[in-house]
Amino acid sequence: MAAIYVVAAAVTCFKLLLIPSYRSTDFEVHRNWLAVTHSLPISQWYTDKTSEWTLDYPPLFAWMEFFLSQIAKHFDPEMLRVTNLNYASDATILFQRLTVIVTDFMYLFAAKKFCDVCVKKTKGKESVSSNIYQNPSLIMAVLLMANFGLLIVDHIHFQYNGVLMGIFILSIVCIYQNQFLQSALWFSILLNMKHIYLYVAPVYFVYLLRCYCYNPNKQGSKFSISSFSLLRLIYLGMIVLTVFGISFGPFIYMGQLSQVLSRLFPFKRGLCHAYWAPNFWALYNIADKAASIIGTKLKVLSSVAVEEASMTGGLVQEFSHTVLPSIKPIYTVILTLLAMLPALIHLFLNPQKGGQGFVRCLVLCGFASFLFGWHVHEKAILIIIIPLTLLILEKREDGRLYLFLSTIGFYSLFPLLFTQFETPIKIVLLILHCLYSFSSLSNIYRSASTMLPVVSWYESLYLLGIIPLEIYNSFIHHVLKLNISLPFIPLLLTSVYCSIGVLYAWLRFYSTTLKSSTHKTKTS
Amino acid sequence: MGLLVEVCVLVVISIALRWSVSQNTYSGQSKPPMYGDYEAQRHWMEITLNLPVSDWYRNTTNNDLQYWGLDYPPLTAYHSKICGYIAQYINPDWVRLYKSRGYESYYHKLFMRYTVLVADFLIFLPAAVLFYLAQDQLDDKSMLFGLMVILLYPGLILIDYGHFQYNGISLGLAVLAVACLGSELQMIGAALFTLALNYKQMELYHAMPFFTFLLGKCFKAGPFKGLFELIKIGITVIITFLLCWSPFLTSVESAKQVLTRLFPFNRGLYEDKVASFWCSLSVLIKLKNILSQENLVLLCLSTTLLCLLPSSLHLLYKPTITNFKYALVNSSLVFFLFSFQVHEKSILIPAISVCMLANREPLTSIWFLSISTFSMLPLLVKDGLIIPYIGLSVMFLIACVYISQPFNNQKPDSLSTLKKINVSYSLLFLPFFIPSKQLGNTLIISLADTTHDNRETEWKNPKV
Repeated sequence: MAAIYVVAAAVTCFKLLLIPSYRSTDFEVHRNWLAVTHSLPISQWYTDKTSEWTLDYPPLFAWMEFFLSQIAKHFDPEMLRVTNLNYASDATILFQRLTVIVTDFMYLFAAKKFCDVCVKKTKGKESVSSNIYQNPSLIMAVLLMANFGLLIVDHIHFQYNGVLMGIFILSIVCIYQNQFLQSALWFSILLNMKHIYLYVAPVYFVYLLRCYCYNPNKQGSKFSISSFSLLRLIYLGMIVLTVFGISFGPFIYMGQLSQVLSRLFPFKRGLCHAYWAPNFWALYNIADKAASIIGTKLKVLSSVAVEEASMTGGLVQEFSHTVLPSIKPIYTVILTLLAMLPALIHLFLNPQKGGQGFVRCLVLCGFASFLFGWHVHEKAILIIIIPLTLLILEKREDGRLYLFLSTIGFYSLFPLLFTQFETPIKIVLLILHCLYSFSSLSNIYRSASTMLPVVSWYESLYLLGIIPLEIYNSFIHHVLKLNISLPFIPLLLTSVYCSIGVLYAWLRFYSTTLKSSTHKTKTS
Repeated sequence: MGLLVEVCVLVVISIALRWSVSQNTYSGQSKPPMYGDYEAQRHWMEITLNLPVSDWYRNTTNNDLQYWGLDYPPLTAYHSKICGYIAQYINPDWVRLYKSRGYESYYHKLFMRYTVLVADFLIFLPAAVLFYLAQDQLDDKSMLFGLMVILLYPGLILIDYGHFQYNGISLGLAVLAVACLGSELQMIGAALFTLALNYKQMELYHAMPFFTFLLGKCFKAGPFKGLFELIKIGITVIITFLLCWSPFLTSVESAKQVLTRLFPFNRGLYEDKVASFWCSLSVLIKLKNILSQENLVLLCLSTTLLCLLPSSLHLLYKPTITNFKYALVNSSLVFFLFSFQVHEKSILIPAISVCMLANREPLTSIWFLSISTFSMLPLLVKDGLIIPYIGLSVMFLIACVYISQPFNNQKPDSLSTLKKINVSYSLLFLPFFIPSKQLGNTLIISLADTTHDNRETEWKNPKV
């Protein structure tokens, strides 16, 4: 029995144990979508307003909910009535949790495929091959399959990121294997299931253009404009358009395209999500607030002007800044594009053999969208961490960055689970992730022992700083009875502390990527 | 360094499994008027906190013994009192005399689950780790395997964190006692076992092996040194008993009162469906109709003692630590099968004994532990724990069988035949499990356990 199957089975069994945990409003969101797709005709899917949680994912996801709803009716038909808001019978909970677990098999399959295809096999010793702390492909399997973020977000908070990440990884595996058309197919399907992946679409565009449409046979050698193949571009276009056609076709036919698009891209929300994602704007907000406080104290600003600008205070609102310029959606788009541009240009000029260059660019675009995007959820950190996981076995730098980013990134997900019963679980699972990832990667990359293996001393200090921060957030804040007067302080602290780490990781990863090219040999 | 990390990982995984089971319903949740074991434990906190010690085991106006009267020895009562103090500090409504009966809330459940976790963290988890770390003769792989078995054993997790009990404390103390005896710390071991016994009287299942092992060791040590050892151990045990029972030794009456609560012989031969010999036999022969109550008790006593003799005598003549561990398994199984008034949860005691043998008999242990959890299935279903049961059992089976693969290559062929028989036996259960009529379920479970247990007793080869 191969070890990888044991890992997959054990993780699946653990997911069963998480069934009765806390569910967020996303649970009701998906129940509503099951009901809408089941009980209403297609023409009403994107127009129905019975529930406040309207359908805001692209059509292929709606079709997935439709197919799931056919099974749902055998569990509890009541959940499929659109008017049954917040319905959560035991059968409903069981069914929905099971759908996440079952759709996760796509993710487990994709992870296994990646480990089989893209990870170099260890030669030799029998004892290493089944040791999950030493066998590289097993380490990759565990870090992918038992991913802390996915467990927390999918199986407790409730979402379907597993199946989406599975499709994402499958398209990446196709790139590794130079199966460009298949990769485009998978990615188009992914885009039509959750449009947040639009953020990484430029990477696919650039890479497929460079490696498939130009220079089809000599990747990495001298680039010549004349090797552009129009035929290949047409093939690509056909695949993409077919998928989009199947997805949006019915709605274009019904003339609902603009309605669907308005559901998919609601720009009325605020700059920051309710719980500030640890991105650039969180720091921007803090800087603004700090400047306004100092300004008022120094009598440079009038206190009237300060009162007019209100903080989000944990709710989704529009707000304007006092000292620093206010941010409009268009500014975030421009900044995000600017942040992505160097990476994309680098990819175009230096597409490395295999898929590492591609994945590096994916990670960088993920970073750019996370750090500078409009209304970013902290869950989006997963779009950075999971592709980054695919790189950890190649270079020491990447392993080190993964350890740093995964720890701080997963910690930033803590505010998602704010109920008391979930506190031990999230702490214990994060400790488990850290113990495992640090010890197994230190087996791969022998390190001089600093405080924590593989990472440098200042990174270690920063990561260890999570411990006092969490102690404050979970215990001292309550003991000091500040949770009534200043309830947003823990969120603020977490967000700001993690932003610094994420920004640092981004800059570091950018410099590593830009320095790497096809001429340099890979070192571990 | 690598070993320490792997041990930590196992411990953290076991905590994660324990806490995630805590989310489920406990026994008697939302089921007035009597509720279940959870309410019993809460009630004991109420009683021990608010009433004087002399009233704890007596039927008084304030202490109605019919409503979950205390029926565990004094250490449980002291533990309940400590928890009661903490509960009162957090929210007095939880332990108000009379008024808190049937109290249920999110935060109360959180508190109660935390008490189990803290107790395990302080006692059971360190005991398990120390037990395996103390075995120097084992290589790392075997040690980690044994640790995995004992930490991930589904039965204990489901009962302590699902149904709600504090078995981790008494079992942890017993495991620690065995570890001490293995490291030649006889007096500490004896004291720890006495404490375990004074936490739950079910530890009597282990009493015979402890007694005969220590006695055998004293015999081996020669006439003078042996007698001296015996006296030392005897004094340790007596002092520990006196310390635990001191509030109740003011009169013969009060001591007798406690004993009647601990050993209620006026109940039936067995309760509910339990995989003991008598329960299985009752399908064919209704002993209740043939023998009187006294004779039934006598029958149980005599069969138990008879079946105890072989392993006890063997241990007396060859008191090695390996024989001791096998004797623990034998003794607890004999008591489970043949004694009076056995609860299905008592299978945990043989199970933990088997966990301590896991590295010697990997596949048999895994098989027995899976069966023992399965035997508690009616109870688990009643508590709404079927999904955690499936999750934990499948995980346990797959992970342990996979990790044990390197050891099985060295075992003799007879074990592989045993394995085949076991596997086919397990498959036999599946069709009976789903459309389970009470009787069919009982019969199959008790037959399976009985035949398996008998095979276990034969398998106790004296490996010195």
